[in-house]
Amino acid sequence: MKQLFCILAAIFVLFSCNQDKAEKELPSGSIFHLTSQWQDQYNHSYQLDALRGKALVVVMIYTSCKATCPLLVADMKKIEKQIKPSYLHKTSLVLVTIDPEKDTPEHLAGFAKTSGMDAPHWVFLRSDEAATQEFANVLSMKYKKISPIDFSHSNIISVFNPDGELILQEEGTGINTEKVAGKVNEAVKGS
Amino acid sequence: MKIQLIHIIVFSVVAWCASCNLQEAVPDAESQALQPKQLSSQAKMVLIPGGAYKPFYGSDTALVKVNPFLIDERPVTNGEFLAFVKAHLQWQRSQVKRLYADTNYLHDWVGDTVLPEGINIDAPVTQLSWYAAKAYATAVGKRLPLLDEWELVAMADETVPNAREKKSYSDKIIDLYLVKNRQYNAVSQSPPNYWGVYNFFDLVWEWTDDFNSVLVTGDARSGEYSDNNLFCAGSATSATDVLNYAAFMRFSMRAGLKAHYTVANLGFRCAKDVDDKPLLTSPEGRDLASTGE
Repeated sequence: MKQLFCILAAIFVLFSCNQDKAEKELPSGSIFHLTSQWQDQYNHSYQLDALRGKALVVVMIYTSCKATCPLLVADMKKIEKQIKPSYLHKTSLVLVTIDPEKDTPEHLAGFAKTSGMDAPHWVFLRSDEAATQEFANVLSMKYKKISPIDFSHSNIISVFNPDGELILQEEGTGINTEKVAGKVNEAVKGS
Repeated sequence: MKIQLIHIIVFSVVAWCASCNLQEAVPDAESQALQPKQLSSQAKMVLIPGGAYKPFYGSDTALVKVNPFLIDERPVTNGEFLAFVKAHLQWQRSQVKRLYADTNYLHDWVGDTVLPEGINIDAPVTQLSWYAAKAYATAVGKRLPLLDEWELVAMADETVPNAREKKSYSDKIIDLYLVKNRQYNAVSQSPPNYWGVYNFFDLVWEWTDDFNSVLVTGDARSGEYSDNNLFCAGSATSATDVLNYAAFMRFSMRAGLKAHYTVANLGFRCAKDVDDKPLLTSPEGRDLASTGE
């Protein structure tokens, strides 16, 4: 009889696991529905849902930018400093290039190193032009190539919860990084 | 007791496996996406020879080069989009991901595959997002037109390829823009423009592939698209664009859009690259232009 209960219990657990998986379906607005392929600075190739389970702070830049991108990068570092150190392993700070042609994985790795952004929570991503455009649209970001080397673009830092739902956007440079980091801490705590 | 036990185990395992199989057997919207059915577009395409054109914004001297391309002679219709969502379940109203369309997506439709009563199936489809328009274009083997391509065609009136210098050109477009409920009329009923392209202005606004290249807010760099360049009345009446207030209306519209927005009078048409064909070098594209799809 005991054995029977054990087996029934085991089966019950099996079923409930199954249900659990079904319940954790992605929210309808999640960016993890995107099916585009990306490469990171380590030349690993994956879809965005590989980042699922961590809070994301996302910005789009290009590394040869001399104007506002350095300010955006500085903002990202400020945000990093204000995220609880123990939460950093549940956070990804993601920089997506709008110049996939020049910003190769090798180039992004070099940029990460010289900018002191080589900790594991820093993720640099590139894809093809169509996926880059789609991703920019997901962030409601405007951009245009204005010369062979330069882009005109809006400055937006976005925060996503671990299920890929947009929970905050801050536009402009010199944004309130404390607010952004606060939102990240909240998202990690609630996950 | 033992037999009972075995029965229970066998039954449970069978039930569990069955439920697994069931999950795999039911095709959901996701897996449909992986095997898109080939749809064909009824819309005839017109060859536009391309060339260098002066955009409605930016500096006087900077010409933008546009390669030859094909463009649908009219916007995509309700009937065509209905056929598309029947074949691509993930774009039906109840299935579409919020990531790809706001809650007003195909708002007037009665159900996932039912058009509202009284609507003209030959009227342009509206109330759909950039993602949905792009998915349709891909499904029929086409793409969305680039903003520069669209604006190049928009320079034509009924008689000349570039009517921007005519006073009547912009006035007429603005009159058309102001007509209420214009999106409910059937396509291809009004006179075509110089290229043989219908309904560029009179029925709907249209999505373009790179609509998000119009920068007007939160501007990063004071490049060619500052607020002043695009909106300020001072620059609207400056030497280059005194007659093109209609274009400024379009650019304002685009600047205000986000890709998941759906709007009651915003539709789209498709475009396509041209394969290398010798006829492209012809200076008079009009007569050679029509190619059936």
